Amino acid sequence: MAQFSLTVNGVPHRVEADEATPLLYVLRNMIGLDGPRYGCGAEQCGACTVLVNGEPRHACTVPIDQLAAASVVTVEGLARDGHPLIEAFLAHNAAQCGYCSSGILVEAASLLAANPTPTRAEVMRALDGHLCRCGAHNRVIKAVLSVSSPEKP
Amino acid sequence: MPLPESLERNPRLDDWIQFERERIIVRTGKVELGQGIATAIAMIAAEELEVSVEQIQVRTGNTAEGPNEFLTAGSMSIETSGAAVRQVCAEVRALLMARAAERLGVPLHELSIVDGIVRHTKTNHSASWFELAGESPFGVDATGRATPRPFESYRLIGRTTTRIDLRDRFTGRRAFIQDEPRDGLLHGRIVRGPSVNHMLAGIDTVRASRLPGIVNVVVDGGFVGVVAVDEFTASRARALLARDAQWKRQGAAPSPDPVSFLQSNADDHLLVVDGTPVPGPLPPRETGENTLRATYFKPYHMHGSIGPSAAVATFTQGKLRIKSHSQGPSVIRDSIAAALDMSPGDISVRHVGNAGCYGHNGADDAAMDAAMLAIATPGRTILLKWEREDEHRYEPYSPAMVMQMEASLSADRITHWNADIYSQTHSGRPMPHRSVSNLIAAWHKSSPLARAESRPGLGNHSGIHRNADPYYSLPSRRIIKHLVRDQGVRTSSTRGLGAFGNVFAIESFMDELAHAAGIDPVDFRLAHLADNRAEEVIRTAVSLSAAFEPPDMPNARIGRGLAFARYKNRQTYAAVVICLAVNEETLRTTLLHGAIAADAGQVIDRDGLANQLEGGVLQAASWTLKEAVTFDDEATTSVDWETYPILRFSEVPEVDVAVLDRPGSPSLGAGEATQGPTPAAIANAIFNATGVRLRRIPFTPDALRQAAMRNEP
Repeated sequence: MAQFSLTVNGVPHRVEADEATPLLYVLRNMIGLDGPRYGCGAEQCGACTVLVNGEPRHACTVPIDQLAAASVVTVEGLARDGHPLIEAFLAHNAAQCGYCSSGILVEAASLLAANPTPTRAEVMRALDGHLCRCGAHNRVIKAVLSVSSPEKP
Repeated sequence: MPLPESLERNPRLDDWIQFERERIIVRTGKVELGQGIATAIAMIAAEELEVSVEQIQVRTGNTAEGPNEFLTAGSMSIETSGAAVRQVCAEVRALLMARAAERLGVPLHELSIVDGIVRHTKTNHSASWFELAGESPFGVDATGRATPRPFESYRLIGRTTTRIDLRDRFTGRRAFIQDEPRDGLLHGRIVRGPSVNHMLAGIDTVRASRLPGIVNVVVDGGFVGVVAVDEFTASRARALLARDAQWKRQGAAPSPDPVSFLQSNADDHLLVVDGTPVPGPLPPRETGENTLRATYFKPYHMHGSIGPSAAVATFTQGKLRIKSHSQGPSVIRDSIAAALDMSPGDISVRHVGNAGCYGHNGADDAAMDAAMLAIATPGRTILLKWEREDEHRYEPYSPAMVMQMEASLSADRITHWNADIYSQTHSGRPMPHRSVSNLIAAWHKSSPLARAESRPGLGNHSGIHRNADPYYSLPSRRIIKHLVRDQGVRTSSTRGLGAFGNVFAIESFMDELAHAAGIDPVDFRLAHLADNRAEEVIRTAVSLSAAFEPPDMPNARIGRGLAFARYKNRQTYAAVVICLAVNEETLRTTLLHGAIAADAGQVIDRDGLANQLEGGVLQAASWTLKEAVTFDDEATTSVDWETYPILRFSEVPEVDVAVLDRPGSPSLGAGEATQGPTPAAIANAIFNATGVRLRRIPFTPDALRQAAMRNEP
């Protein structure tokens, strides 16, 4: 067990954890967030995606001891900052069960930060590591595109 | 008026509805699986009571309160629970209007409802629903005497609304069963062998027990689980226990050749007449002169929920409290009671959602697993989670199916239709029997229960034979369902049940027959249909697809294919046209566009309906192009998303949906309507593009290469 400091959604936290503890368990069980979700534990589905120092990472595999003083942003952070993606996802009913949504929202926010006007193909490529089993893909793509170019529905 | 079935069984109005100052609580026995039922129920209640959707709070399946509506399955929730809620609200509305007339001392017919407030315009007196209902229960049963509002007056129903439950899911608020507050919560994992058919042969718990933070290592007969104060420890203990355990397979390994296995191991053979199996001798097969034959196959598929199964359980003073994402809270309660020899009254099960399940996945088993761990750890609340590999290995798969089709043509019409459908059970759900069980932990624990034997379902369109009976006008038909009782691979209900395989076969075969008759496949279908609503969805889908212009693609052959079905021959009509490209070199199929037209009767939530229809096409496209559970001589080798790939964002076609609303006609279940047509539309489009007929799912480049080399007609 060791002490770790990290900033999550702008708030500094100190946690005591085994060095190998995946970030996902730290976020969910020690910091008390519900947004990042366990899907596979193997970087295959994207449900746990969070931003670490601005980059999308799989929280299910990255151990806490590699995150010295890191800044982490989760879907809760996007919501707190009123990120337009959230209203866009609501307007498009861009989910069925919504289990994959937090990871997708974080990934899409990262895409838009780097490329504010992506094409449909670019959105599809950016989200390719995220699995959705309900088949809400087209709604998600449209919702992301609506943020980048609001005149298009 | 007779009461809707669900209301007949749960006639107490207070079971369904309760008025509070700020909101109206509507309870349904159905559960939210991501299909949007809570929103549709809220719309129906809001419409009837003339309030806004936001004023309705929907509470779903809970054995401790509200109506018991058994399973949420078979696309029945709008038809059953929706009808019941509408009638409940009509009855309550009539009661409260009468109360208002009495209280305000005015004639009933002078009252009107404005913005959810009962008003008497002449005197300007008014009362809210809450003021009229008061705090005390109605204490009466539904009578069937109140009449729901006429559809012509609808303001909400049939329009698009925002799902009432999505904001929480998009903002990281508590939304799923895994989000149980972690304060004081213990974390559980289970440890099993390579398959549910593997029994524990030996285990050494010493290494796992020594991990700091372990609360309990539970070994009960062959059931193994672990409880820890933190999740990482629970997960590490699971891995250690898995390493320190030995397993032995019970029964034969899965056959490497499911097609011949199914065809040669059937135990029950039943004639299906008008969608219903009829026991007795089989009639002789009849054919005409120009006879075609083709055999189709669908492999074992996974539900493949993105969130592995989970449950929360607490055992205190002989009472078991469970939170579960099971599709049937009362069914799993009774099944767990039977398996643990407890009284159902000592168990409560409340539904809390997980990721979409698309049928009977690991949810019920996880509830039983959590119960086992809770009973071994009294007084503590345990969140039991399956890990990804658990879900892939232990969920009951959608059974493999073989569809042997035979039909005769005379000129441009079908004269004889013969079908033989082979499959394992589609109905492996838990059941409250004291001697047998469908729950994994019940088979493995000390004093185990035997595994329930597969029996042929005799209901109308119930399992293997769902949609086996074509919706076309045929002068003669002989449809036989063949049940293989073997459970060497565990199988159960998956979205659409037999309809996916059966409609794949029927609608592919209709294309083959049209081709043989030299007739356009659309015209061939229309010539065999005697239902205008069916014709209209077909024509609409075809013209919706025609409006799509495929892009220029090098080395690609472009094709379109149509398929149609009416779910269970009595629910939603759906036609799907797929436009796709097959690369001449890689033989990779790229879906370009999906056109869907559907008639679900009176539409409730327009966008919710579209979401289900298009999601169904994409999910079924994934099953068709990419998915098959694979096995070695022990168990499945499909243990994660690398070994069981599913459709990705980069592979998704654009989809357009045309909803044909039928105001005033009964609403029809739609959640599974596009599963069946999709694989056939893809097969027909590939044939249209390449001249190669694919009859075995999945349609991988290898499958296309082999079919092309066989050069089958």
